[in-house]
Amino acid sequence: MSKIVDARGLSCPQPVLLALNEMKKMNKGEIAILVDTDTSKENVSRAATTQGWRVEVEKGQEEYRLVLKKD
Amino acid sequence: MVKTYLKKGGSSMTTIKNFFATRWGIIGVGAIIGIFAPLLQKWGNPANMGVCVACFDRDIAGALGLHRAALVQYMRPEIIGFVLGSLIAAYAFKEFKARAGSAPIVRFVLGAFAMIGALVFLGCPWRAVLRLAGGDGNAIFGLLGLIGGIWVGTLFLKGGYNLGRSQKTHTSVGWLLPLIMFGFLILMFIFPQVQGQEKSGVLFYSIKGPGSIHAPLFVSLVVGLLIGFLAQRSRFCTMGAIRDFVLFRQTHLLLGFIALVVVAFIVNLILGQFNPGFSKQPVAHSMSLWNFGGMVLAGLAFALAGGCPGRQLFLSGEGDGDAAVFVLGMIVGAGFAHNFGLASSPDGVGPYGIPAVIIGLLTCLFIGFTMRKEVA
Repeated sequence: MSKIVDARGLSCPQPVLLALNEMKKMNKGEIAILVDTDTSKENVSRAATTQGWRVEVEKGQEEYRLVLKKD
Repeated sequence: MVKTYLKKGGSSMTTIKNFFATRWGIIGVGAIIGIFAPLLQKWGNPANMGVCVACFDRDIAGALGLHRAALVQYMRPEIIGFVLGSLIAAYAFKEFKARAGSAPIVRFVLGAFAMIGALVFLGCPWRAVLRLAGGDGNAIFGLLGLIGGIWVGTLFLKGGYNLGRSQKTHTSVGWLLPLIMFGFLILMFIFPQVQGQEKSGVLFYSIKGPGSIHAPLFVSLVVGLLIGFLAQRSRFCTMGAIRDFVLFRQTHLLLGFIALVVVAFIVNLILGQFNPGFSKQPVAHSMSLWNFGGMVLAGLAFALAGGCPGRQLFLSGEGDGDAAVFVLGMIVGAGFAHNFGLASSPDGVGPYGIPAVIIGLLTCLFIGFTMRKEVA
């Protein structure tokens, strides 16, 4: 069961801040981040990739679920 | 590695990556703005003011009669183009999403004070770099102030400051600001500028001063649409450029901002529009402390509101009703700035400009310190 961070409806830079905080806290493992705009999807993906996390994007009806993984 | 899975139909596929969201994409967009802003000056816009969101919103406030500063009244088509260009891009790429309800009154107040701060300096972040690229040394103090204000904003962000969540809403909510802008454009067609006349129908026009200096309507509109379209795709944001670097050491948006200033500088050299110095710079004053102070206020207000004035226009175009409230706050703030004597002129700061900056900073601190509750 991965940790879920709900960043839906939050404007810049909150989604990235929340994601980075969680990545720092966990150091490795799996985190799911929920975002609802393409901008947030791109920003969180970019931040996670530079931190060495892999990103998988699942598109839902109203949101994206970004699954961040690091071994 | 970024993989995209589309759930619809159970099949998974990789979507075309948004080129403009890549490093070369944002650099390209910054460069294109850096080409067209000085060109707009050559085509008729005021010096070092090819594009200035604060100045142009202020001119729109003048065109509507929300202030009666005779020198700065013109319904700037660039602003209309920014919002409508972004709207077109958002629909073309299925990104239009009506949303609202994230502290609108706070965004309105931040918009108003951001405008007041910008008018004490005489420019938004875009114009700050365009002034620099045109040789105006006073812009250095404005840019330092901008960085300082954004830096204070990042301290609040680190401390948990946030504006709360927006909610998905009716599509029509997202359409309101684009429709207002479209209405402004229609007004320009119904009541076009009449040579030597201060008023045409309901619209005010300037006979002299910066408001009378403008590129042809269609040129301004087309460049505005182009920039609006590209900026929506690339998420170009001048405040975000500095904020992300200070906060995360991320250089993505910063590269776009740097591309803008470098290319604008080169184009100015080619066009003979580079005039280095501090005194007698166009639509500028040389009171360094208040060039700095005005932009501290503007930078902090932009940081607390989550976007530079340009970005707020682009967000409004893609359905963000809260960004739209910020834009309206800026236009109303421009009304206050000129009616109350807060805005600067080439002679220096306005009679009440300094107290307004101090009140604005106190208001931003009040907002920053009190809106720190964790988001549910």
